[in-house]
Order: sequence, then C-alpha cells, then structure tokens
Amino acid sequence: MKYLGCIAGVFAASVAAAETPELVVYTYDSFVSDWGPGPAVEKAFEAECGCDLKFVGAGDGASLLARVKLEGARTEADIVLGLDTNLTAAAAATELFAAHGLSAEYNLPITWEDANFVPFDWGYFAFVHKDGVDAPTNFKALGESDLKIVIQDPRSSTPGLGLLMWVKVAYGDEAPAIWESLSDNIVTVTKGWSEAYGLFLEGEADMALSYTTSPAYHLIAEEDAGFAAAAFEEGHYMQIEVAGKLASSDQQDLADQFLAFVVGESFQTIIPTTNWMYPAVTPVGGLPKGFETLVTPSKSLVVPAADAPAIRDEALAEWLTALSK
Amino acid sequence: MAYRAQQINPWFGVGAAALVAALILGTLGVVAFHAPNAAQLGPSDWAAIRFTVSQALLSALLSVVFAVPVARALSRRQFRGRGMLITLLGAPFLLPVIVAVMGLLAVFGRSGWVSQGLELLGLPPVPIYGFHGVVIAHVFFNLPLATRIILQGWSGIPAERFRLAAQLGFSARDVMWHMEWPMLKRAAPGAFAIIFAICLSSFAVALTLGGGPRATTVELAIYQAFRFDFDLGKAALLAAMQLVLAGSAAMLALWMSQGQGGFGKGLDRELERWNEGSRGLDFISIAAAVLFLLVPMLAVGSRGLTALPSLPSVVWLSAWSSIQVALLSAGLALFLSLSIALAVTRFAWIESVGLLAIAASPLVIGTGLFIVIFPVASPQDWAFLVTACVNAVMALPFALRVLIPAVQDVCDDYGRLALSLGVSRWGMLWLVILPRIRAPLGFAIGLAAALSMGDLGVVALFAGTGEATLPLQIYRLMGAYRMDAAAGAALLLAMLSFGVFWICDTWGRRGA
Repeated sequence: MKYLGCIAGVFAASVAAAETPELVVYTYDSFVSDWGPGPAVEKAFEAECGCDLKFVGAGDGASLLARVKLEGARTEADIVLGLDTNLTAAAAATELFAAHGLSAEYNLPITWEDANFVPFDWGYFAFVHKDGVDAPTNFKALGESDLKIVIQDPRSSTPGLGLLMWVKVAYGDEAPAIWESLSDNIVTVTKGWSEAYGLFLEGEADMALSYTTSPAYHLIAEEDAGFAAAAFEEGHYMQIEVAGKLASSDQQDLADQFLAFVVGESFQTIIPTTNWMYPAVTPVGGLPKGFETLVTPSKSLVVPAADAPAIRDEALAEWLTALSK
Repeated sequence: MAYRAQQINPWFGVGAAALVAALILGTLGVVAFHAPNAAQLGPSDWAAIRFTVSQALLSALLSVVFAVPVARALSRRQFRGRGMLITLLGAPFLLPVIVAVMGLLAVFGRSGWVSQGLELLGLPPVPIYGFHGVVIAHVFFNLPLATRIILQGWSGIPAERFRLAAQLGFSARDVMWHMEWPMLKRAAPGAFAIIFAICLSSFAVALTLGGGPRATTVELAIYQAFRFDFDLGKAALLAAMQLVLAGSAAMLALWMSQGQGGFGKGLDRELERWNEGSRGLDFISIAAAVLFLLVPMLAVGSRGLTALPSLPSVVWLSAWSSIQVALLSAGLALFLSLSIALAVTRFAWIESVGLLAIAASPLVIGTGLFIVIFPVASPQDWAFLVTACVNAVMALPFALRVLIPAVQDVCDDYGRLALSLGVSRWGMLWLVILPRIRAPLGFAIGLAAALSMGDLGVVALFAGTGEATLPLQIYRLMGAYRMDAAAGAALLLAMLSFGVFWICDTWGRRGA
C-alpha cells in the first residue's frame, strides 16, 4: 500500500529533496517538539552540512530501541538519538550500531568509553512538583503519603526505566516492597515522558517523574519559579543520553559528521535551554543563568552500562508483579 | 424456497467467504504456530487477563443496570423528540473511540467539570485513568446499545397485556413484577453477554485510559509486546489467549441472545399505558442518560471548534489517509458482504462466516499478518492496506445482517418472474437485485466506512513513525500534550465519520 503514502507524500514533498542527501534521525517525541531542541539543531546542522536533516519522533527513548529492532537492517534511520546508558548494552547486542571513533572533553560524572555511542546530555531523575506540595524526602515517605504521581512505563520510556533502576539500586531486595507501597500513589503509567509531564501540568497529579533540571524550564522559559524537584535522601539516579550511528545507514560520512556535531559547541549550547538537561560538554559560556538554583543530589546513583540489562530484567519483573496486584 | 438463484453465480460468494475464513483462521494458525507454551505467561500477563475479564464484567453489568430505567422511561413516556432521542442512541456506535475518550477526559478528568464540581463539595475527584476510566468509557459506548436492546424487549410486551393489567388494577409495582421482570429476565442476559464480548476486545479505550501493569487488557498487552519489547512470540501467545477469551464470550452471547418470545403475540395495537409509575424517576433517568452521553461530545466539539481553523498540516494529511482507508475498506466490505449475501440464497451455511468475524479480534489478525509480512517486507509499508482489510472484516457481520434478508426478499419476490423471463445473471444482479437493495446497501457501506474511519487498532500496531490515520494522529497529538490540536482533529474525525455514513445512507434511501 505504498501508493497511499506516496499520494500523501506528494502534498508534503519538498522539491529540493531529490538533490540534497537526507540524514534521518530517530529520536524521542519531546526532542522534536516545537519547544524541544529539534528545530534549532536542524537549523544549525543544515547550515553546515548541505543536507536535509530529518528528525522522526518514535515514542519515548526505550521504544526507540524496540522500533529499531523491529525495522532491523531495513530501517530508514541513519542515527538513533535518545537511548541512555541503561539501554546501550542491549542496543549494542543487536549489532545494528556502528562504532563512532570520536573523542571529546566530556564533562560527565563518569568517564566515557563506549565505542558505539556518544553522550549528548545528562541529568538526574527526580519527582517535580509545584510549590505548596509537601514533598517527601525519600521513597518510603512518598509511599506513605497521599500524593498522586504519574510515572512512565519502563518498557517504553527512559525516565520510566531510570526510576526502575533508581529504586532497585537504592533498595535492592526491598524494591518490590517500595513499589507496592507506591502503587496507590500512581495515577497512571504513561508510555512516555511527554504524556506524564503533560498530565502533571494539566493537574492530573501532584508530582511527575522528570529531572532535577525540569524546574529550570519553568524558571527560565516561563519565568515561573513555582516548580521544584524533590530531593531524595537515597540519592538520585543519573541518566546519560546517547546517540549512535546505524551500521545499515547509506549516509555513513554524514552520520559521522552529525555525531561530531552532537558533541560540538553549537549543539551543546542548544541543549540546556531546550532539552533542559546538563550538556555533555560544557559550552564556552558555561551553564545558563538559573541552573545554579537547581537541586544537587547528595549522592548520584548509576549502574555500569554492562550490568544494566540483567538488573533491568530483574527489576522489571518485580515492577510488573508489584504493580499488577 | 422459490427462486434457488440458479442464475446467481454462488462461487463469488463462496470465494469471498473462503477469503475471510482464510484471513481469520490463517492468521490464527500463524499465531498458534508462533506462540510459545502458556507456561511463559508471567504474573503481569495473568493480571492483564484478570483485568480484561473484570472490567468487561463490570462494564456490561453497569451498562445493563443503568439501561433498565432509561429503557423503561422511554417505553412508557411519550414526549416530543423521543424518536430523535432513540435515533441518537445509535450515534455512539459510529463515534470514533478516541473522540469519546477526549470528551470523557474533559468531563471526568481531574481538571474536568465533574471533578471540579466534586472539589467544590469537598469530595475527591473521579479517577479517570485505570479501571474506573476504562469502565466509564465502556458504559458510555454500551449504555445506548443496552437501552436499545431492552427497549425492544419492552415493545415486545403486547399492548393488550397492559390493558388487562390496568383492568385488573395492577399497580406499577405489580406491572413490574408480573410483566416487566419476566421480560427483563430474557432480554437483559442477552444484552449483558453482547456487551461483555464487546468490552473483552477493547483496545483503544485501554490504550488511552489504561496503561501500567494494573490497567492493561490482553489486546493492549499484545500491542505492548510489539511496541515495547518487540517480542513476537509473546505477542502470539497473548493473541492466542485473546482468541480463547473472545471466542468463548461470542459463543456465550450467541447462546444467551437466542430463544426470544414467550409473551405470545398481540394485535400490535398502539401502546397505551395506565400504570405510569413515577414521572420524576423517568425524567431523571432520561435526563441523566442524555447528559452522560451528550456533555462529553459537546466538550470536544466546543474545544475543537476553536482549534479547527489552525490545525497543523499533518492532521489534514492523516485525514486524507483515513478517507482513503475508509473508502477502500468500505469497498472491500461491500464486495465481500454482497458476494456472500448472494451466495446465501444458494448455500445458507455461508452465513456462518459472519459469526467467525464477530469472534475475531483485530489485533490477533494483525499479529498474524505482521508475523507473515515481517520476514519479506517492511510491515509499515503495508499499514494502510492491512488496516483497510481488517476493518472490512470487522464490518462484515453488520453488513451481512442488513444485506442477507434484503437479498433474500428480492429473490423470493422476483426470482420466478426473472427466471420465466430468462433474465441473465448480470441482468438479475444489476436490474433486479441491486436497485431494490439500495437502501440497505447504502446503510452497510456507510457503516463500514464510518467504522473504518474511526478505528484505532491494527494501525497502531503497523504504522511507522511518519504516516498515520487520523485516529492515530489524534492519539499522538494527545501524547505530545497538544490538546487543542487533538480536540480540533477529533472534531474533524467525528464529522468525517458521521459525514461518510450520512452520505452513503442518504444515497441509499433516496433511491429506495
């Protein structure tokens, strides 16, 4: 039924597409939204590559991997942007990704040695709430409270997966009990971050799982200081978001150029105030004003990428069991 | 059986029926072949099965329980607009699920009207996500259906009985006990079973209002196995589960809705009622049902109307895709159902293929087709064609139900004459049958097109990242928190669904 798509395509077709090479980047939905980094990144990269950069939103981070597995070598994607270190081992195991050969002056809390993926930003997961909410300071207190939260499904979303790992790393064998105590606080489990944060802003919940950096968005973009991230005593789980090149891509040089661009100055300058995360390479001008007001975790938690798949599987089984009761 | 339709070639119909059976049973075979053994069902899969059954039970129960006072009120009151109201009860059947969900969110969401009202009274808001929301949405769709079925039961009680009851000085309570209760005992279980079967296969409602391990139906779990884990074996196993569930429920519904009658026949006199019962209660029942059904629609309409002029271009592209899918699907449904209806005049057993289509689940067929297509081609290139085919099969039972009796009547009335005049096969079809079944034909095409237009099922399984049908696009807009655009697109979708039905139905009636 390709012709249906073709007919539709005629309406949308850009005339120039035939001559300029096209680089297709699969990413998560909020990255390509009007207020996300997508539009600015596209403009900046197209100015230097003489190509057509096409972002395709394919759900949240974790469903990106399922999408690439589903499409296999047939995929039209050249780059996947938006996996994180909890998924890089599983992604590398598909053998669909190619090595990048890049190095940069990363400003990350860990040393970066992954051959397939380059980091583009990082942050700490946290529950974000509006002022006036009596925010808990740990998971146990959250479980005992009446606060309503929205979280994301760890099978489709990287924040959802991050929360899963966070509870598992902080509580180990106690994790199922924590989930059971949280289950009456959870309004709903969404497919991705955008849905969850949207529900939170719409007033459907008191808190949403997001990042310690999310209040910066409200502070800087909306000039609203009424949001805060709840600091948890267990420490906060860290996310490092990455991009990788597909081995099946027919635009290998362009893809390499894009990955180099990702860790370069202009991309990294765009990130803090559009993706609202810490840049992987601090830009020359430093962090934007307002970031200094953010919560800094007492302790940062993270699982080495190689150990993540096993821990994920165990924690996911516990999560499914605890929340389906 | 006068006209044995010697002149209608039945093999088209046999071929069409075989095609449908192959699609349903073939995909089932593929699914069964790929499913690992049931021991691999984890606790969350069992939870999905439990949730599927329990929400369907409660949805069916509530729909029937609420339908009884509404049907009773409609049966014993005469008021202006009553006929229109009963027609309106058919509307939710054509209403795309995603549109209704948006309306229900606007009314029952935490910042919706109902919850804000409750907050003023110091009460906690209605939880719209999860079990409650799924049940509310199912009652929204099935209360009208239950009302119509039970109303039929009420009109099945002969007018003479009510007159006799009045002569014997029955109170409203006596009428209920001796006449209405026995009728309900026969009509209500059938309605319950049909709604239970419908709710078992719910996908779009669970996709939008459910989610999380606690509020996942089996159909949603199939989708998750694809989209989250890309685990085809798991998807096949769940599809097999779904088939067992839906198949048993469909058989149950069939068995329970059989065996009508029992009151004896009346003289079809105009129904007059003497024991009217409580006027106030009837008014409240009707008003509550109308509010429950209309307010969510108005909420989407009012929010959508302002967004309609500034809809993003992707919405128009998706609308165009949806129109094509709907037309293709309606064309297929027309071809299949007409061929089968013509063949039924010769081989009555062919009708049973319609039953098969009732038990079939779109996501199970989708799973099977995906497994077949995946090794040889990219499933997303086939998304629209597969959607159109599956939708056509889903519309088949409804189309057959109106077309078979119509074709039968024409053959009975004109068959001998045509035979004695030596009318050719094509002449019989073009000159005799088709012009006379124009009205049911228009209705069936309209229904198939409208159902396909609003469908959010298989397309969610197959669609790639770019192209989408309009319901899928609305779902994406909601996910991206662009609620105004989503409401505008929802209004557009509702207009397209009702519009295509209205055009086809009017075309049919005009010639009739």
